[in-house]
Amino acid sequence: MNSSVQILIRSPKFLIGAITFLLMLAFVTIYPLINTNDPTEMVALAFQPPSAELLLGSDNFGRDLFLELVYGIKTSIFVGLVAGLSATIIGLIIGLSAGYIGGIVDDFLTAVTNIFIVIPSFIVLILISVSIDSRSTLITAIVIGITSWPWTARAVRAQTSSLRNRDHVNIAKISGHSTPRIILFEILPYIMSYVVMAFVLQTASGILSEASISMLGLGPYNTISLGIIMNWALIFEAPVSGAWWAFIPAAVAIAIITFSLYLMNTGMDEIFNPKIRS
Amino acid sequence: MNAYRKFFLKKSLWYLVTLLVAVALNFLLPRLIDGNPVSVIASQMTQGMTDSDSIKKVYDTFAEEFGIDKPLWQQFFIYLGNLMKGDLGTSFGLYPTPVTSILASAVPWTLALQLPAILVGWIIGNALGAIAAYKKGVFDKVLFPTFLFINSIPFFILAIIMLYIFGLTLNWFPTSGGYNYQMTPNLSFEFIGSVISHHFLPFISIVLVTIGGQAIGMREMSIYELNTDYVLYSKLLGIKDSTIAKYVFKNAMLPQITGLALSIGTMIGGSLITEIVFSYPGIGTWLFTAIRQLDYPLISGATLLIAISVLLANFTIEIIYGLVDPRIKATQMEEE
Repeated sequence: MNSSVQILIRSPKFLIGAITFLLMLAFVTIYPLINTNDPTEMVALAFQPPSAELLLGSDNFGRDLFLELVYGIKTSIFVGLVAGLSATIIGLIIGLSAGYIGGIVDDFLTAVTNIFIVIPSFIVLILISVSIDSRSTLITAIVIGITSWPWTARAVRAQTSSLRNRDHVNIAKISGHSTPRIILFEILPYIMSYVVMAFVLQTASGILSEASISMLGLGPYNTISLGIIMNWALIFEAPVSGAWWAFIPAAVAIAIITFSLYLMNTGMDEIFNPKIRS
Repeated sequence: MNAYRKFFLKKSLWYLVTLLVAVALNFLLPRLIDGNPVSVIASQMTQGMTDSDSIKKVYDTFAEEFGIDKPLWQQFFIYLGNLMKGDLGTSFGLYPTPVTSILASAVPWTLALQLPAILVGWIIGNALGAIAAYKKGVFDKVLFPTFLFINSIPFFILAIIMLYIFGLTLNWFPTSGGYNYQMTPNLSFEFIGSVISHHFLPFISIVLVTIGGQAIGMREMSIYELNTDYVLYSKLLGIKDSTIAKYVFKNAMLPQITGLALSIGTMIGGSLITEIVFSYPGIGTWLFTAIRQLDYPLISGATLLIAISVLLANFTIEIIYGLVDPRIKATQMEEE
């Protein structure tokens, strides 16, 4: 594990991505401790352009957009991480059981996975979000996770079923090790690099899903996320008012976060799959 | 051909099962709303109405449509039966317009926007990706991060930025609607021109994002293929570079076709939100309106339509893929 971290640090793509992401995360965690104002407080007239006092101007309600952006990034990253984590956990459980148990269980789980790969997750996400009355940030994040596990499950299954009959797994079986122990010590370490990569990708797509669903007006309640800032900008016609500061910074923030995550993923991919190194 | 027919039948059966699951989800999920959906809906609908007769009429319409007095499985069959007749219920927001006629008016706009945009983006993206992998060097160093960055921008964000720059600041293109609403639709050049100029910005923003994602995939596949033994062997044999490039392109292309099938759902979802940004009169904009008005029949009609179109697109691609990829035929032959 230590040596793979050392290799990772030498990949410029991974390093740039990770540093950007961590710096952003650190900033949005620390800034609210310094500037303790409430982001929902109205401090100016509507759509005031950026100035020395309001770094990114004000929105349609006259709120400080810079402060909103900081809170928005925080919420979006949280949603992304929770969504990524739940998608990875569900995908791992389904993929490992299908791949390791095999037989009918495998056939059934593979069929379910294939069905949910084809049915657009975006649609399931809309249907679930419409049906839930009180959407907290956490619930939104988990719902996004529930709709995006099939890719992880498919890949984990493929790798597990090829690992299942390797010698070291057979030896562990003959030695009488329990199934959870075999999965934990003989199979998981071999697919760990893939799982971490999948988690990073799922986090990025979780942030994008949150933005899309909030854009539709189905985002979490009582909070500020990047998608919700975009939704407000659109509903209150910020583009028509020429208030670029109401949506361009949020848009760029989403792009930078996902870009840094994609960059981390590409960096890891090049290290763990040496074949695609150009 | 017999082997292909078997492949075709198997795929058809699979998609039929998937379709059934999609329909069931579409039926079940909105019915998980707490409480009696009809009374919730009817009370929203009848706000401000004082005439008790018309309130009752609204309630009865929806009670009958949902069949709420019957057990869930019977409701499902009523729902399926209505679906077969092409009946998706009545819109709340535009009561009493049937959902089907709203969707029917929106489908041509969505199709004319998304189908060409996704195809053009896919073709250009694959070409650029292959070139980036082949040329390497500066070309790749510049293009790859650009693709990656474009790919990290959600569809609608690029759309809003384009709307702001080209529509509002430079005033080159109209910013909302499918055509100039002061005109009556007809076949004059003026009207067609208006449709095209309204089409341009949403079209380009979908194309650009599609290029980004596809180019990354194709670049990766091509690099992988370029490193394989058969390429090295062909080079040692002295086969012309252009011929080798053709082999590589063909092999890298096949996974990209499957890739198109698998990403088409995400693409359509993203493009629907692009429609909202430009108030384009397609399914996406209607879905947005429906969600804001809590127009459940229209929401579920739209989601069902989108799900079915995605399944259909997937099915078509897989069937074509079976014809193009010799390996699929080969495995079918082996099974015989």
